[in-house]
Amino acid sequence: MTAIVSERADAQAQGKAALRLSPAVVSWLQATPLALILGAFLALPILMITVVSFWDYDFAQMHPAFVATNYLETLGSWVTWRTYFNTLKYAAIVWAITLFVGFWVAYFLAFHVRTSTMQMVLFLVCTVPFLTSNIIRMISWIPVLGRNGLVNGTLIEAGLISTPIEWLLYSDFAVVLAMVHLYTLFMVTPIFNTLMRIDRALIEAARDAGATGAQILTNVVIPLAKPGMAIGTIFVVTLVMADFSTVQVMSGGQSASVALMMKNQMSLLQYPAAAANAVVLLVLVLLMVAGILRIVDIRKEL
Amino acid sequence: MKRESKTKAGFTRRALLKSSAAAAGMAAGTGAITGFPTIWAQNPITLRQFGTGVSNLNAIAEQCKKDIGVTLEMTATDSDAAAQRAVTQPNSYDVADIEYWIAKKVFPAGVMQPMDVKKLKYYDKIVPLFVSGKLTPESTIAQGTAPHTVGFVEKPGDKAFAKAPTQWMTMVPTIYNADTLGIRPDLVGREITTWADIMDPKFKGKTSILNIPSIGIMDAAMIMEAMGNVKYADKGNMTKEEIDKTIDFLIKAKKDGQFRAFWKSFDESVNLMASGEVIIQSMWSPAVAAVRGKGIPCKYQPLKEGYRAWGGGLGLAAHLKGPKLDAAYDYINWYLSGWVGAYLNRQGYYSAAMDTAKNFMSEDEWGFWVEGKPAKGDIVAPDGKVMEKAGAVRDGGSFFERMGKVACWNSVMDEDRYMVRRWNEFIAA
Repeated sequence: MTAIVSERADAQAQGKAALRLSPAVVSWLQATPLALILGAFLALPILMITVVSFWDYDFAQMHPAFVATNYLETLGSWVTWRTYFNTLKYAAIVWAITLFVGFWVAYFLAFHVRTSTMQMVLFLVCTVPFLTSNIIRMISWIPVLGRNGLVNGTLIEAGLISTPIEWLLYSDFAVVLAMVHLYTLFMVTPIFNTLMRIDRALIEAARDAGATGAQILTNVVIPLAKPGMAIGTIFVVTLVMADFSTVQVMSGGQSASVALMMKNQMSLLQYPAAAANAVVLLVLVLLMVAGILRIVDIRKEL
Repeated sequence: MKRESKTKAGFTRRALLKSSAAAAGMAAGTGAITGFPTIWAQNPITLRQFGTGVSNLNAIAEQCKKDIGVTLEMTATDSDAAAQRAVTQPNSYDVADIEYWIAKKVFPAGVMQPMDVKKLKYYDKIVPLFVSGKLTPESTIAQGTAPHTVGFVEKPGDKAFAKAPTQWMTMVPTIYNADTLGIRPDLVGREITTWADIMDPKFKGKTSILNIPSIGIMDAAMIMEAMGNVKYADKGNMTKEEIDKTIDFLIKAKKDGQFRAFWKSFDESVNLMASGEVIIQSMWSPAVAAVRGKGIPCKYQPLKEGYRAWGGGLGLAAHLKGPKLDAAYDYINWYLSGWVGAYLNRQGYYSAAMDTAKNFMSEDEWGFWVEGKPAKGDIVAPDGKVMEKAGAVRDGGSFFERMGKVACWNSVMDEDRYMVRRWNEFIAA
């Protein structure tokens, strides 16, 4: 009896000791919740999409199979290449504009606004438009840019033009404009964040060493702001690559984007084809993000 | 007479409806008014109906509950999803409310059962368009998936459609219409008479067609034929070369900047027209009404080549039997008995049993919507909004003038998949 009791106590003590002593177990336990969430909501769906991308389909249903037709049809069609090219074009233009605008907005907030209260107030002002749905913000451009819209109306009344400018709406211009409007804040926020962390002493030191304003900017501020730019770039590029509603609405259905192509396939119930497209897009975007991370080490600054 | 008693009773009934417990007993009372069997009130039956949304209207479900005590659970989907659901989840619905071209895909899958026309009280009243394919004995049969070609089978269990009317009907027609181009008469500045007018260089950058492949291709075919570019053997079932020719032409027109936009949803087509971005485009009749509702002139222009028509109907799921099957027949008989027909006619669609619908419409409504006569008083929509002022005449005129000039029906082609792929190229080009 006593022997059993003491044995049990021993086992308990050992158990406690094991819990305390094995950091490996502790680490595993700590990682479990996140691993479960990511596994269930990220890894598993991606796995399923990949599996489905090899299936066969007809007008009504998908059949489990292992065929490469979906990939061959996707990669073998000039529509796909043109659409990818088009999407990459949007990504590049929108990225360049948001980076330029975002950097200078963040620069102004970080260096020219003196008090931190004012900085926060102005930063919050930047986010005000985001209190409305982004679909609403996008669609509000239509009455502004339309043939009989605000811009054309004003220009005609001012006598500057005689016929309405047609390319304002339902064009690449409209798509890029709406995207810049929607995504610039994603660039401002991370850049503002890194600029705020720059030690002002560095700038003073540079000035003491005789650097001009331009030299301070190119040799001190921009290199130190790179991680913020990289994070902003990742946001903007992935958002633009995955966008379908902006392209559809602002181009009036005349331009295609990769996500729009997928949406079309899904509405025609060609799920395996859409899945194959999704896998291709995922690989491409991951490669782009990997490229960005190779150029800028964002971990160093986080 | 009948209508008055119905509307008077309607108010208290609607209030009662709120308590679902009372609903069944109450329906028993109203059943007597319209002369329908009351058994479904004592033995409540729910029919699950899904369909493409045009006729999946809550008002119909409410009235059905009131008149015959059958509860309708309605689900609306788009047409591609409807086709998929009909085939892959045959037990998820009792009644399918689908278009005829969808039925051409779905019925051969064996998920639906044909209806015995002897049990259809108003079979004789169904417009001959859906039985023989001819509205009047003189009319010619339109191209595409004409409803009568997929309307019958020889016997239950058959998957192939019958060549001529039989005792077994695959779907009972419910709603249909003739579509054409919508125009802004104040902005086009000239007479529009043919489908080819949409390609007039004068309207460059001010036209639109709809971006739903199976319907858009038909509009494109009407345009191509009107321009004399192609003579299709059957617009509703093009060969690969015909598809190529049509799409290549569309791509060229797109590159030349003929189109302002492509629309996918009802509201897009309304906004394009109302804002003046587009002055001539493919359009649906309620969208024309919506533009006019904003006080902007818009016309559903009849064209000399004729209309592109579409039609939907109710089909029964294969698994229905016993009391549920009887309830489904009662529901379909009720559907054709007039109230729904009048409701649909008043929205600018057409009912399949015109004679019964007439009893539920005022003389002025019937004159305006069906006979093409000038309205004597204001024409009011089912929701109470004034649709047309007194004196207005319906675009295209009477029922016989409009449905008599159908050139083709919405259809599903044998080369469907190829067509969709080429259509996507057109949109991406």
